[in-house]
Amino acid sequence: MTAVAELAVGASRTTVLVENLTRTRIVQYAGASGDYNPLHVDERFAREVAGYPGVFAHGMLTMGMTARAITDWVGEERLTRFGVRFTAQVWPGDTLTAVVTVTAVDDVEISLEVTTTNEDGVVVLSGTAGCRPDAGPDPSWEAHA
Amino acid sequence: MSVERFPVEASHVLMFRRAVGHEDAERGADTAGQVLAPATFVQASAQFDPDYPLRPVPDRPWWGSGADAGYMPQGGGGLHAEQHYVYHRPVRVGDVLSSSVREGRTWQKSGRSGVLTFVESITEYVDEQGEPVVTATSVGVRREPATADSGAEQ
Repeated sequence: MTAVAELAVGASRTTVLVENLTRTRIVQYAGASGDYNPLHVDERFAREVAGYPGVFAHGMLTMGMTARAITDWVGEERLTRFGVRFTAQVWPGDTLTAVVTVTAVDDVEISLEVTTTNEDGVVVLSGTAGCRPDAGPDPSWEAHA
Repeated sequence: MSVERFPVEASHVLMFRRAVGHEDAERGADTAGQVLAPATFVQASAQFDPDYPLRPVPDRPWWGSGADAGYMPQGGGGLHAEQHYVYHRPVRVGDVLSSSVREGRTWQKSGRSGVLTFVESITEYVDEQGEPVVTATSVGVRREPATADSGAEQ
């Protein structure tokens, strides 16, 4: 786990979430999450019925990949909150990069800001997260371990 | 979505970890619950919702393409605008969660393309003891009046 000292205000980490997102990867997320909306997995439907250029990724796939960027840095067990706005659609072929930045640190929480952009610099997701400064000793977490 | 019984299973966590790109996804198959479920995993409770509308069911119509291009279902046309999670404790393999949904706020914004209506729904995930585990808040947005291309759902 990342030491608290590393998570000082202004500290930042950049993670490439996916390069050249494939349709198969979107299908993989559909299978795992259970969301088989044809908009995401059915090119013909997306074009001919819904009027899109083609299928696009679940917002929740982008959020899930972005969550990984955060928890790979701060540790999964410390995350207390994570919330995002979906600001643009993600298409097959996109390369997504997340930048996570520490915005505040106090005794209760390390506050983070996250922005995920595509290869053209368009922000596709923006949000905030919080984590506890240390892994213990919240009894509810310990009891479950 | 409300789900009566959402067992957090190792193979499901493995699949989800692969889908969101964990390089060590196979660790998710640890049945001892040593590996936490990913931060957005509760979304996959849809697998345990018998009435989840975004999954094809045998002998029921499905709006995706087959012999023809499919059709836009009634009520289709929402976008996923926001998603927020509050974690009361980590989710682990072996947990058996249940969830209940309540309506949150509703608000509108006027834009160039019409009126956007935002609807918030709040899902509380609890464990078998009824203790809170995750609070999930989803915000959907809908454009009114509906246009031909408004069938988006993120």
